Amino acid sequence: MSAKLVTGAALTALFLAAAALSFLWTPGDVEAMNIAARLQPPSRAHLLGTDHFGRDILSMIMTGARTSIAVALVAVGIGMGAGVPLGLAAAARQGGWLDEIIMRANDLIFAFPSLVIAILITAVFGPGAVNAIVAIGIFNVPVFARLTRGAALSLWRREFILAARVAGKSTPRISAEHILPNLANLLIVQGTIQFSLGILAEAGLSYVGLGAQPPVPSWGRMLADAQTMVALAPHVAIIPGLAIVLMVLGLNLLGDGLRDRFDPRLRERRA
Amino acid sequence: MGFYALKRLISLAVSLLVASLVIFLVVEVAPGDPASYMLGINADPGTVANLRAELGLDVSRAERYLDWVGGMLTGDFGTSYTYRTPVAGMVAERLRVSLPLALYALGLAVLLAFPAGIYAAARRGRAGDMGVMAATQLGVAIPNFWFAMLLVLFFSLTLGWFGAGGFPGWDDPLQAIKALTLPAVALALPQAAILARVMRSSLIDILGEDFIRTARAKGLSRRQALWRHGLRNALIPVLTIIGLQFSFLLAGAIIIEQVFFLPGLGRLIFQAITQRDLIVVESVVMLLVFAVITVNFLTDLAYAAVDPRLRVRR
Repeated sequence: MSAKLVTGAALTALFLAAAALSFLWTPGDVEAMNIAARLQPPSRAHLLGTDHFGRDILSMIMTGARTSIAVALVAVGIGMGAGVPLGLAAAARQGGWLDEIIMRANDLIFAFPSLVIAILITAVFGPGAVNAIVAIGIFNVPVFARLTRGAALSLWRREFILAARVAGKSTPRISAEHILPNLANLLIVQGTIQFSLGILAEAGLSYVGLGAQPPVPSWGRMLADAQTMVALAPHVAIIPGLAIVLMVLGLNLLGDGLRDRFDPRLRERRA
Repeated sequence: MGFYALKRLISLAVSLLVASLVIFLVVEVAPGDPASYMLGINADPGTVANLRAELGLDVSRAERYLDWVGGMLTGDFGTSYTYRTPVAGMVAERLRVSLPLALYALGLAVLLAFPAGIYAAARRGRAGDMGVMAATQLGVAIPNFWFAMLLVLFFSLTLGWFGAGGFPGWDDPLQAIKALTLPAVALALPQAAILARVMRSSLIDILGEDFIRTARAKGLSRRQALWRHGLRNALIPVLTIIGLQFSFLLAGAIIIEQVFFLPGLGRLIFQAITQRDLIVVESVVMLLVFAVITVNFLTDLAYAAVDPRLRVRR
């Protein structure tokens, strides 16, 4: 096991555990305000200090992780759920009209500046976690479709697929039974990367007020709230940012580590 | 080349057409009528109807779409509901901030990424390479708006070298550039990290090629081979990424402009959104999409001009 994989898995597990734990217990109440104890630096009573309403920052980070993880995870789910079947279908009908339509549509979505469209969608349909998920998820679809198609195309030329054909299996069945299982590693790696991009996108959207709405805690909004208080209490701005960086870093390392593990040939070449 | 360019041009036109349709429809289904929003809930229905007519909202959807697209083609972006001024003028004014900011950030990203990428590739596998790679790993994980806040905390509030936000206008170019410096650095960092990684891997690929071995065989040192033959060839994929990044920077500046209170396109979009000034939202988004799609198109063409193999593919 590489150091990357271990570090990445540990960081990811830490945040997943913190998010899971927040359902049962947090050190403080994330909705109760205590103005007297506002903007306190980290101390024994509040390990990561308190924010401008006197709320415990550690508790908010834990509950905020829930929002980030949920939004990014569902967005990856949308991307995989739609992208993988489309990519499989395109590869199975390579060069046909279906392939052409799917790939052109992909190119088109790719060409859109995703952040602008995400802002447009959340602005028009109202800010909120669900719309943020949709906005981020749409842009995951072409990523997975393209990846799936590319990898599936090379699989279709392999002999075991030919054997399956000779055995009389239909194209959809071959796609589902032989192609898909061979893509699993690749999809897991890409899923991890898209997961980390989703965390960043969610943070950005909620920072500009288009993500999860109060009182649902989110890291991006914690940063937006902290902006005017940076001078008074730097920790309010630094801690949520660090949480984002560590979570994203963890996922990226995990993705890299998994890729190395699944395909040792890439270890040398990878950027 | 001519056929390839024509094919790409058609696909560019189709992309723009579909993009305009999607944007128009998304904004169309937006709840809330701009006219009644502007006049408030107690407005007289007759007044609302008049305003709707004045804003051109009383005709059918298809007509409005054609009006909008036709106008955009001739440089008429419509008239802002809120300010009653031409959107084109508002956009032009904001571009004076957003465009220099994107270019500034792109310049910084290149300035940071090229040396880092070349250094890492030349010292592949050694401590220097690992250091650069670790730094880029961190660079892609940092949200740029948070990095922006840290810059403000350190350089504006602690050291007092820069203002914490705002834009003084271009009357004094030096002050203007100074005001754009922290935002540009914040925007450039993640892009530089990506670019450095592309630069490194592209160089490493090239350094494994036969012509580099030939160059080495005829007596060039590793360093000479890298600078004379490696770099130029490695630049092609790097330039593609730069093309993509420029459009990303233009769009990505939206959030950074919020951090620094810069009067750019991003703030224009957010103001328009809160005021339900949909024509502004529609036109600015379309403009950004147009910029992104066109830059990608030009990058593709430049790429094909440099590398003939690409014309046959796709």
